[in-house]
Amino acid sequence: MSMSAVIPQPVERENYLNTKYGVWSWLLTTDHKRIALLYLLSITFFFFIGGFFALLIRLELLTPAGDLVQADTYNKLFTMHGMVMVFFFLIPSIPAVLGNFLVPLMIGAKDLAFPRVNLLSWYLYIIGGVMMMHCMLTGGVDTGWTFYAPFSTNFTNTKIVEAGLAIFVAGFSSILTGLNFVVTIHRMRAPGMTWSRLPLFIWAHYATSIIQLLGTPVVAVTIVLVAAERALHLGIFDPKLGGDPLLFQHLFWFYSHPAVYIMILPSMGVVTEIIACFSRKRIFGYHFVAFSSIAIAVFGFLVWAHHMFVAGISVYSALVFSFLSYAVALPSAIKVFNWTATLYKGSIHYDAPMLYAFGFLGLFTIGGLTGLFLSALGIDVHVTDTYFVVAHFHYIMVGGAVMGYLGGMHFWWPKISGRLYPEGWARLAALIVFIGFNLTFFPQFILGYMGMPRRYYDYSHMPEFQILNVLSTAGATVLGVGYLLPMVYFLWSMRYGKPASDNPWNAAGLEWKTASPPPTFNFDEEPVVTWEAYNYEELDAPHPQKEEVPVAR
Amino acid sequence: MAARVDALYIFLLIVTGMMALLVFTLLIFFAARYRHRPGVRAEQVEGSTALEITWSTIPFLVFMAIFAWGAVVFFKERTPPADATEVYVVAKQWMWKLEHAEGQREINELHVPVGRDVKLIMTSQDVIHSFYIPAFRIKQDVLPGRYTVEWFRATKPGVYHLFCAEYCGTQHSGMVGSIVVLEPAQYQAWMNSGSTGPLSASGEKVFAELGCSTCHRSDMPGRGPNLHGVFGKPVQLADGRTVTADENYLRESILDPGSKRVKGFQPVMPTFQGLVSEEQVNALVAYIKSISEAKAGAGTSARLGVAVEKRPPDKKDEPRAMQARAQASGNQVQVQRP
Repeated sequence: MSMSAVIPQPVERENYLNTKYGVWSWLLTTDHKRIALLYLLSITFFFFIGGFFALLIRLELLTPAGDLVQADTYNKLFTMHGMVMVFFFLIPSIPAVLGNFLVPLMIGAKDLAFPRVNLLSWYLYIIGGVMMMHCMLTGGVDTGWTFYAPFSTNFTNTKIVEAGLAIFVAGFSSILTGLNFVVTIHRMRAPGMTWSRLPLFIWAHYATSIIQLLGTPVVAVTIVLVAAERALHLGIFDPKLGGDPLLFQHLFWFYSHPAVYIMILPSMGVVTEIIACFSRKRIFGYHFVAFSSIAIAVFGFLVWAHHMFVAGISVYSALVFSFLSYAVALPSAIKVFNWTATLYKGSIHYDAPMLYAFGFLGLFTIGGLTGLFLSALGIDVHVTDTYFVVAHFHYIMVGGAVMGYLGGMHFWWPKISGRLYPEGWARLAALIVFIGFNLTFFPQFILGYMGMPRRYYDYSHMPEFQILNVLSTAGATVLGVGYLLPMVYFLWSMRYGKPASDNPWNAAGLEWKTASPPPTFNFDEEPVVTWEAYNYEELDAPHPQKEEVPVAR
Repeated sequence: MAARVDALYIFLLIVTGMMALLVFTLLIFFAARYRHRPGVRAEQVEGSTALEITWSTIPFLVFMAIFAWGAVVFFKERTPPADATEVYVVAKQWMWKLEHAEGQREINELHVPVGRDVKLIMTSQDVIHSFYIPAFRIKQDVLPGRYTVEWFRATKPGVYHLFCAEYCGTQHSGMVGSIVVLEPAQYQAWMNSGSTGPLSASGEKVFAELGCSTCHRSDMPGRGPNLHGVFGKPVQLADGRTVTADENYLRESILDPGSKRVKGFQPVMPTFQGLVSEEQVNALVAYIKSISEAKAGAGTSARLGVAVEKRPPDKKDEPRAMQARAQASGNQVQVQRP
């Protein structure tokens, strides 16, 4: 699809970016769009920190011997990589940036329900982030992001309490964002924006917010208990003090499994929007896609112990959790089938966002199907805690979530910045990311089945693992280039990009019916919705009626 | 075991491969067939409930087949045969300490004969570890404060990797070792060198040294229950519950005697937490098990080793064992002494 550029007007329209200048106009803003940009800056920062750790991990594993860093340093690297990427990049990524920006725009609201709480959630995130940075710079943590007790409570001398506190604080940021979205989606929809007219992006965010609200407090409590055992020697998890180490794992995964859905559901929402727009079609099976998001949120809370099949739980509870894991796989499969069916008889354009969406479909499908291996009890015993698991969850959390995030950034960048990004570079970057990703993580499935355990600093006893590790490291460098490119051209486009029209993709959705970038209160007049979601038929009609948003009187 | 897991794995590769092929073929076909052409508009297709039900039901049935197969394999993995040879494993940062019921002690290395069921009774002295033998497709976390169990039967002589699979600190990746699978004759030779007597005998010694025998008497009623014949039997507790006296129960009763007190006895036993090492607990458990077996007439633990050794291989396993031996005759298997 060609993007229609608009000749810049002599006097720029007032929008959320140029309405005020100065540091304080940003740091004290309650505008959801500006807060989204604050989040964008901060999560990008953490993404590159986490990425830098990943690069060091891959370099260490290039050779079987532990030769680049010390064993303790390596252990800290993968721990900090996990903590930074999970808590400071993936969980906030789509909800706090794209969700923050788009939820009010998509439902026709002026802002989120609690604009000041929204700003507070960014500050909590930043306080947590600063604490995490301080923790990393003054020694770091070496437990793995999973904090397994009693190692974390009584055996390591690293900064557990500080890291825990950082995650605790950042967790409240996540809870408040979820709360804000739930209230906003319930209370602030424009007239005519019924639940079944909501973009599926909103359904996905609704489901995500429920998980954030119900799950995050549990991990916060768990962190407090770890701190209590560490500092006060209360016997909670360590059997020497009368505790139970499996209790920790139950509490931890009760949040941290659903947390995977916090990362992937919004990404599914983004991909749904993109596929509809670039195949010019209403989504196939709208209600099934919407309710599968809710089903994932609900079932997602019932499968946590599939992380514990070899941890010492009984055979019978393993059976139950294996069964339920297949139940949660089903709604994801339904989504994939519906996305595929949406392409049928479409008019498909291959712009960068669509390339990312295709990439998402490929990687998420592989990630999802390998999940079937891990839910099969007999196989899980062999591949759990090996590189098979590492590959699987990177396919979901990076292949899935980050592909969706980048696709969304490209799709809505004209709306966010008012500029067009360079299409050719963007397609190239999408291709590089896809190739680099597969080269990095596909060999790890094979490594895992061969038996290479996770979190191994040194594999000199098993040099047979080297070839696949070299492939993986080579892929990681390609992937790194793929991730750097968009940052460069997005920044470039902010100054040199062609100005974007209000609706460069001719996309459905209220966010495209206001200016690019939108004014501070989103719509000059409150919109009234009289059409169904994804009304691409009307948008592509040969002689479209003059598009006007009806106005509430 | 490895063959069973691999069969399921290959089945899954085929099934998921077909699913992936289906989805990717459709994606690529649609993407090419329905690419944008000037003047051609998308044709709107409404959803179809029938189609939704179809593509929910078929995957669900496939999932259930995988689930059931996985569960069956898992049950076998988790059910050690009753007559398996027992090896006690104590994990610590960052080594594996192994002790055969017959008394041999090893570090980071486990010698087993080909074709025999081996049951590992494992505990950790510090943090959580995981006993992983990739070649046998088995793994089980090793926890402090309790026993976990895993078992295997090696079918082919050779040296196999042993890994710690649960992250346990600085030298986690150094907590590796090997499983040395020997021909029965070689194994017997290895066994005969440097045994310090059966584990149950050292347990008997510890039992006497700690003064356990003052209360736990078999000749007359003591202040504690008679331990002869108790292993594997149901025990009535003071709080009305009934538990089976398995390894974990014996262990818990030594380290935390108050928690599951036997009906009819006073809470007079002191805790031995911190007073006995994990190895001593294992020896005590092995001893208590041996005196139960003696009661049942299956021979003492000392004889148990021999009894198991002399046990003729199961008829159905004979061909496999023979085959393994034949294959191994060319293999140079190094016999290492502890």
